[in-house]
Amino acid sequence: MTRPMRMPLAAGFADPVLDAQCCFRAALEAMARPGRVQRVAAPPEAPPPLGGAAAALLLTLADAGTPVWLDAGPAAEAWLRFHAGCPIAAMPGEAAFLLATGAPPPLARLAAGSEEEPHRSATLILQVASLAEGDGWRLSGPGIEREHRLRVEGSPPGFAAEWAANHARIPQGVDLFLCAGDRLAALPRSTTLIPG
Amino acid sequence: MSATTGYNFGYLDEDTKRMIRRALLKAVAIPGHQVPFGSREMPLPYGWGTGGIQVTASVIGPADRLKVIDQGADDTTNAVSIRRFFARVAGVETTERTAEASIIQTRHRIPETPLREGQILVYQVPMPEPLFRLEPRVAETKRMHALADYGLMHVKLYEDIARHGHVAISYNYPVMVNGRYLMSPSPIPAFDNPKMHRNPALQLFGAGREKRIYAVPPYTEVRSLDFEDHPFEPVRARAGCALCGSRESYLDEVVTDDAGGRIFVCSDTDYCQSRQARQEAAE
Repeated sequence: MTRPMRMPLAAGFADPVLDAQCCFRAALEAMARPGRVQRVAAPPEAPPPLGGAAAALLLTLADAGTPVWLDAGPAAEAWLRFHAGCPIAAMPGEAAFLLATGAPPPLARLAAGSEEEPHRSATLILQVASLAEGDGWRLSGPGIEREHRLRVEGSPPGFAAEWAANHARIPQGVDLFLCAGDRLAALPRSTTLIPG
Repeated sequence: MSATTGYNFGYLDEDTKRMIRRALLKAVAIPGHQVPFGSREMPLPYGWGTGGIQVTASVIGPADRLKVIDQGADDTTNAVSIRRFFARVAGVETTERTAEASIIQTRHRIPETPLREGQILVYQVPMPEPLFRLEPRVAETKRMHALADYGLMHVKLYEDIARHGHVAISYNYPVMVNGRYLMSPSPIPAFDNPKMHRNPALQLFGAGREKRIYAVPPYTEVRSLDFEDHPFEPVRARAGCALCGSRESYLDEVVTDDAGGRIFVCSDTDYCQSRQARQEAAE
């Protein structure tokens, strides 16, 4: 069988151990302080449209035990399959991690865990145009002293209502990473969002 | 990088770290909920802090500075050996000063010095299930957590009050996290419970033998269970520290002879020593 010529695969993390640790700390800090923007210091060179922070998150967290759903095209799929060794999920509802570079699947259709095991829920990594602290969404909840503000350019239409429905299912629900270039922020299900 | 060759950075292999990191992120997203994880065999026995060590190993990086305390003390066997372990397998700097540490692994105390944003407190937890003395079946306690059905614990507190006139729990005093999950604070004295409430630092809990991880994010509500007419009261020995004179810190009772002699000293050695150093400098 002849196969079309392929581009050589882009590299993963330059230093898989320490770069993954560094990215995880950014992710942990982001999840612990929703709406605070973190920078991934050494993102891998991922094939477009995969951004640096989103690609780093997948390499840090995904492996053979976590099906990943993504909409970033065959080059990104091949790159991820090679570097993370993760199965690619056909349906969004089967995935542990989802990467959306365009319109994400509805949050209500993703794995939300059960009442007894709410941790068996999906994490959505959403690529947006830009992230900035200071104005925009008003966020409150665990991890936030009074209020954090986060301006997100390029979030999907109707997102605030969808998030409110996700938040209302606590302790079940989906957790979200927002990525723009090498920057990331997180919204755990516990965060209340008021559009502003 | 590491002072010891032949091991991965931080001792654990990358697959294990990834699994623990995924559990940690879910634990932070669901404050107080116990997330199961595949606890590994560590080079020390269960009961010596294997859960805390695995959490620390998955979080720690070369830029971190680690402090380890055992019942508040930096200089006891467990604290010294865990600190030395990470100096060897991760090559990180260690410290005994609470203010200088970025990660503090603790057995059964919260430092007296207030924690700040950017610090991570890792607790070693022997038994993560707060209900286990009341309901031994794990399937049943999972159901109770799912339904937030904590009546059994309230009955236990009520029976304590009926029998003793007060809640007779001096350590491992159960807390409600974010108004949803009943959580074991690990065997810290009830005196330390109020420090968990809206703490600016991130608090992570690892139970190695019981294979559970849970977390309290910064600025999260942590309320010790009580009744309106019997409010929670943190207990403290009615004395001052014999070394630094503190009347605010948590005290250990030390027997000094076989004729009933005893003194009280701070359990937090860093706090006590820095107070003594300040008093000497002032003289």
